[in-house]
Amino acid sequence: MSSKLARGVALVGAGMSKFGAFKGKSSRDLFVEAFVEMLESVDKGIDPKEINALYVGNYSSDLFEGQGHIAPIMASWTGLSPIPAVRVEDACASAGVAVREGILAVASGMYDIVAVGGVEKMTDLPTEKVTDTLATAADVQYEIPAGFTFPGFYAAMATSYMAAYGATPETFMKVGIKNHNNGSMNEKAQFGAKITTLMEARRQSAIKKGLPVPEWETELDFMHDDRANPIVAWPLRLYDCSPISDGAAVVLLVSEDLAKRFTDHPIFVAGMGQASDGALHDRPVLNSIPSARIAGEQAYAMAGITPQDVDFAEVHDCFTVAEVIASEDLGFFEKGKGWVAAEEGETGRDGSKPINLSGGLKSKGHPVGASGVGQVVEVFKQLRGQAGPRQRAGKLKYGLTHNVGGTGQTCVVHIFERRD
Amino acid sequence: MENQFTHTAFNSYLNEHRLMGTRNLKDGSMYCPPRPIDPENHSTDMEWTEFKGTGKLEGFTIVYIGSTAMIAAGYDRKNPYCVGVVRLDEGPMISGQILGVDVFHPESIEIGIPVKAAYVDRGEGETKKSSLAFEPV
Repeated sequence: MSSKLARGVALVGAGMSKFGAFKGKSSRDLFVEAFVEMLESVDKGIDPKEINALYVGNYSSDLFEGQGHIAPIMASWTGLSPIPAVRVEDACASAGVAVREGILAVASGMYDIVAVGGVEKMTDLPTEKVTDTLATAADVQYEIPAGFTFPGFYAAMATSYMAAYGATPETFMKVGIKNHNNGSMNEKAQFGAKITTLMEARRQSAIKKGLPVPEWETELDFMHDDRANPIVAWPLRLYDCSPISDGAAVVLLVSEDLAKRFTDHPIFVAGMGQASDGALHDRPVLNSIPSARIAGEQAYAMAGITPQDVDFAEVHDCFTVAEVIASEDLGFFEKGKGWVAAEEGETGRDGSKPINLSGGLKSKGHPVGASGVGQVVEVFKQLRGQAGPRQRAGKLKYGLTHNVGGTGQTCVVHIFERRD
Repeated sequence: MENQFTHTAFNSYLNEHRLMGTRNLKDGSMYCPPRPIDPENHSTDMEWTEFKGTGKLEGFTIVYIGSTAMIAAGYDRKNPYCVGVVRLDEGPMISGQILGVDVFHPESIEIGIPVKAAYVDRGEGETKKSSLAFEPV
């Protein structure tokens, strides 16, 4: 297997719908919003008729909406028929893998211009049905009958991590506080409010209703409050978990030689990697995700860089502990030191290795089959200095995305580069 | 090759309160859950083998918002349950409910404690099924 693309691929457009709970909007409605924003983001314009193929990440429209065969519907509603339309499903990594398939298709020479999107409409189902639908991303024969849920898997990884390295539940709370701070600057975020803002809203609500006013002094007081922040799967609480979301995101990939036709500031695919694995109990340990390590190593090798060269990353924080583990699996911090880096602010927006400047899945929202493309949208904006109030200061060259399916049965990593 | 190392067969053994996996006849490596193909050397020369059911707790959680099946079994926010991953003495890890621990004081549950297989029987008559669980030794 070669570690290089047969030809270079560039990212020249990116758009996304707002992430949230949108009663009355289906997948296609959200996808159209993201697609139109993507078209508008192409500096020198794109005629949609030039697009050769469409790749759509989607986890489970079948169970969430009762709609299968979703890719040609997205093509039809965006006016792209009759080009080939392909659905890609790798659970919560569906969209990241769709990006990879789009890159491979352009690199192969078969296509010059492809649109890659992701979409999920989760909020039509009641929470327990969503939980059951997400559970199908695990091993339904050997894991789910034991009583595992998705928060449960990551909570078990958390207890293993805490016992091995000394982190506490507060470590994970601090990750959530940080991601909500970042998300408060993202107009597309589902829960774009700082924890302090949520606390004040709760206080005001209590006063209005004549109820006892909560006596939280700090954000951690709020996070420890069983009523404000109930346990979902110990040690993980509500604010450790990404929400149930609707949303879509779309990017435009073109061959490197065509990039300047669309923009003077293209973003290039520098490296990528992907790996698969068995159930959580099939791994050597519970506190590291082997597929993430492998995918990361492949991406760094292709890009010819080290983790230290990465300026910022969007990582798969489906649960707060996942961000800490990812920061180690991707080589940003030594094994067992990621939690210390998180506590010391290294992953904050002004830290040495900012993670999830967008607010991450935690605050931005996690429409599972769209999240991987949503991460790429953020990297595109940050690298081009278009991230508005949440723009990371200074010159940015490399941005990394890390998208996990299940508990690590799939992981896909991309490294994007600004060269101008 | 006709694959006999199925989940259905594994469950039939569980219903007899036996934890069964597979053993590679060439190098003796053991797998639980049972695998028809050895992932290390791709051998299909496997046989059923019984696991002792003893091991150590590798990771756990106390679930307050359970799966539909566990809610049906009577668990909820006021009655949460423990589930975890156990490293069996023979080497492989497997998932199971963890019984006999204080779910309201999770700090008291230590990673690495020795556990042994227990079997939870749910349903009656023909629908009776046993699930794999573990409890502290």
